[in-house]
Amino acid sequence: MSNTGQSGGSSSIDMSQFYQVFFEEAEEHLSNMESLLLSIDPAEASGEELNAIFRAAHSIKGGSGTFGFNDMTEVTHILESLLDRVRKNEMILTTEMVDALLASGDVLKAQLARHRGQGGEPPDASGVCERVKSLMNAGGAKASAPAKTASSSQHAAERDLEIRFPEPAADVDAAAVQDLYDTIGQLGAMTGEIESKDGQRSFQYRTRKSDKELRNLFAFVCDTQAVEIIDPQRAKAEDEAGFGLFGDAEPAKDDSFGFFDELPALPSATTVKDDSFGFFGDDAPGLPASVKSAAAPAADPSIGRRATDHAAADARSGRRETDKNVAAAQDTSIRVSVEKVDQLINQVGELVITQAMLAQAVSKLDPLLFQQMLSGMADLERNTRDLQESVMSIRMLPIGFVFKRFPRMVRDLAGKLNKQVQLLTEGEGTELDKGLIEKIADPLNHLIRNSVDHGIEMPDARVAAGKPAQGTVTLRASHQGGSILIEVVDDGKGLDREKILAKGRERGLPVSDSMSDGEVWGLIFEAGFSTADKVTDISGRGVGMDVVKRNIAELGGTVEIESATGHGTRMKVRLPLTLAIIDGMSVAVGEDVYIIPLATVVESLQAGSRAVRSVAGGGFVVEIRDEYLPVISLHDLFPNDTAAKNESKEGIMLVVESEGVKNAFLVDELLGQQQVVVKSLESNYRRVPGVSGATIMGDGRVALILDVPTLVRMSRH
Amino acid sequence: MSKIDAASHGTIHAGEFLTFVLGSEEYGIDILKVQEIRGYDAVTRIANAPAFIKGVINLRGIIVPIVDLRLKFQVGEALYNDFTVVIILNVSNRTVGVVVDGVSDVMALTADQIRPAPEFGAAVDTRYLTGLAAVEERMLILLDIEGLMSSGDLALTDAAADEAIAA
Repeated sequence: MSNTGQSGGSSSIDMSQFYQVFFEEAEEHLSNMESLLLSIDPAEASGEELNAIFRAAHSIKGGSGTFGFNDMTEVTHILESLLDRVRKNEMILTTEMVDALLASGDVLKAQLARHRGQGGEPPDASGVCERVKSLMNAGGAKASAPAKTASSSQHAAERDLEIRFPEPAADVDAAAVQDLYDTIGQLGAMTGEIESKDGQRSFQYRTRKSDKELRNLFAFVCDTQAVEIIDPQRAKAEDEAGFGLFGDAEPAKDDSFGFFDELPALPSATTVKDDSFGFFGDDAPGLPASVKSAAAPAADPSIGRRATDHAAADARSGRRETDKNVAAAQDTSIRVSVEKVDQLINQVGELVITQAMLAQAVSKLDPLLFQQMLSGMADLERNTRDLQESVMSIRMLPIGFVFKRFPRMVRDLAGKLNKQVQLLTEGEGTELDKGLIEKIADPLNHLIRNSVDHGIEMPDARVAAGKPAQGTVTLRASHQGGSILIEVVDDGKGLDREKILAKGRERGLPVSDSMSDGEVWGLIFEAGFSTADKVTDISGRGVGMDVVKRNIAELGGTVEIESATGHGTRMKVRLPLTLAIIDGMSVAVGEDVYIIPLATVVESLQAGSRAVRSVAGGGFVVEIRDEYLPVISLHDLFPNDTAAKNESKEGIMLVVESEGVKNAFLVDELLGQQQVVVKSLESNYRRVPGVSGATIMGDGRVALILDVPTLVRMSRH
Repeated sequence: MSKIDAASHGTIHAGEFLTFVLGSEEYGIDILKVQEIRGYDAVTRIANAPAFIKGVINLRGIIVPIVDLRLKFQVGEALYNDFTVVIILNVSNRTVGVVVDGVSDVMALTADQIRPAPEFGAAVDTRYLTGLAAVEERMLILLDIEGLMSSGDLALTDAAADEAIAA
């Protein structure tokens, strides 16, 4: 299987065009390996998990060997050697090994980044390699005990087995059966007579040979997979270890990695000419998928067989099988550039507008004369709407893409702080816009760091408080109405009201003891605010929460805090589902139409001129339910040279809330409420103060979308 | 600034030019910068923008700003009727529409027809005049439309607007 020595880079075929495929695949394998390592429990690592990690490492090794990235090949080779021994139960997986494996994963990532031209220092691979090697050597001594169950070891101990195989079919040559018995006799000792019942033959057998070797003997007589090899001792060991060993996983390995063995060999083949390009072009990108799918079915029969042997393991392996199916389903995806998707979304947007225009034109026709046409239009409307929804859903990604980076961070952070922290994630399947996914990672990172660093106490303090030593940080995503709610919950010590108030006074913030909890917690979003007693390299510099709040506000979201002293803190981040479509209220200001994001609108009311009062300095306020709100006339902010100014302050008051402050926008008319597709003004023009974008209305005209927070700020100057 | 260099060296290359009329003057721009020519549609005004920026239109799903060159150069009368023409330009990876009085012709000019533009106080910054061309009895003013559209004067882009403020 080893292809370490091969370097495809020296071949005559220009491999650079396949680099991108390798980079993406390697990255996927690395992150897959990392998440597997994080989820694995060294005490009861299943063969399936170990195999999956091994496969990831092996795939990277194969790929990097093919493309001549020898540094990566070296590291993965050592990784693979260790994993292979663990997988074959020659060694027992330990936490140190998981740490070393994770560290080498980081080195591989850094190496990958360098090959991609993303720069960075060349990672120190030798340290990690030494670490893995020393673990491998140290483990070698321990390995003697479990080695007796190692199936492929040359010096395997003698085993007493019961072998069952189906009655040879009628067309099987009797000589072949006799040959089989002879060979079996040579390789070990039959300790009993061959019994034949229920269409099965069985016999007791003592041998040093591995299951696989034994199985292969039956190739001429019956299906090798139908041969049952029952090892009473191993069954016992497995019951204790809880589904631990996986002696006969070789078929899976061989099936899947046959591909890789052929691949590196290809460039050096003399017959490779033009048609080799065809092979590579077609097969190379698809290869990893076929490897995975080949591996999955190959692994499944062995699980199934084991499950019948061990009823206890039944439920577990069943779950694994479904997991496997889910994973396989995810593999049937294609990579498409975001530009293409955006182009598609734009074009569908166009189609929707055209359809709306047609519908408007057709609505004037006589329904009796044009019945067919009108029903066709109704179909068209439904189809375009469905199409738009489907196209929009392409941009939606499960939030698990963001979540999966956090277990590692929490693990490292907890290790650094000597805390015990587990991270639970819920609702990974919740989908939101790709643009949001990319931008929400940083704020979430901050919130989780805060929870681990400030929220969760040291283990002894937790035990003293009657809590389990291990703290829990829960990351939960869910849909709520038209928005997505992401919660970061910890069961730590909670926020300290007194401390925050004291800190607030110290910093000269307007605080009082009568402030509500919500207001007090809000203080931690002030710039430079930190209640940490000492500054660590993790957090405590007071840079962060204000940035978090600002970043989330930029995405059109909000962040709230709930906290109970001694019980924990809950940070709630609310985000719109997508940045590409918003619910808007269209309003008329003179002859112009503007869109106000519905999320900011609290209410609208007809204000008689009496309710509006002038305040010294030229401002106006309106009294709405005993509350005086500043009036912002959109006529003033967007002067309209054609229409007469609305001096009387009559019209519609639209109460909007932004950054926690309410204001009343004075507009002439409310036109309606609709979903609008946000388009950028900046792509062909420039930023316009107070305008966040533009959209195209049903009649094909452009309407500007107002940026409420900026407008409120503008009105104050 | 490359566009200034281009103008000062008078290096305008011969080629095909779209000619259009502003008031009584005839201008020519590189045909390769022109995406299409269309009638003047209703625009959506952008409040607080200079008068020569008429607003934005929906051009098959893209939001395109419309500049009235007549207002910018203060030539002719800014009338908007069925004959008003918008030239949609593709300059510096952006799409911009300019309003002109009328489009007259596409002309192939040879290098010896093009004379360098003299320095003079014109409404158009001479930086963006790349030359004058004599065609029969008429004079064609050749514009560096790309330079003009990305200039600070028009402030059509964020970068250009910042530049104008800084200047």
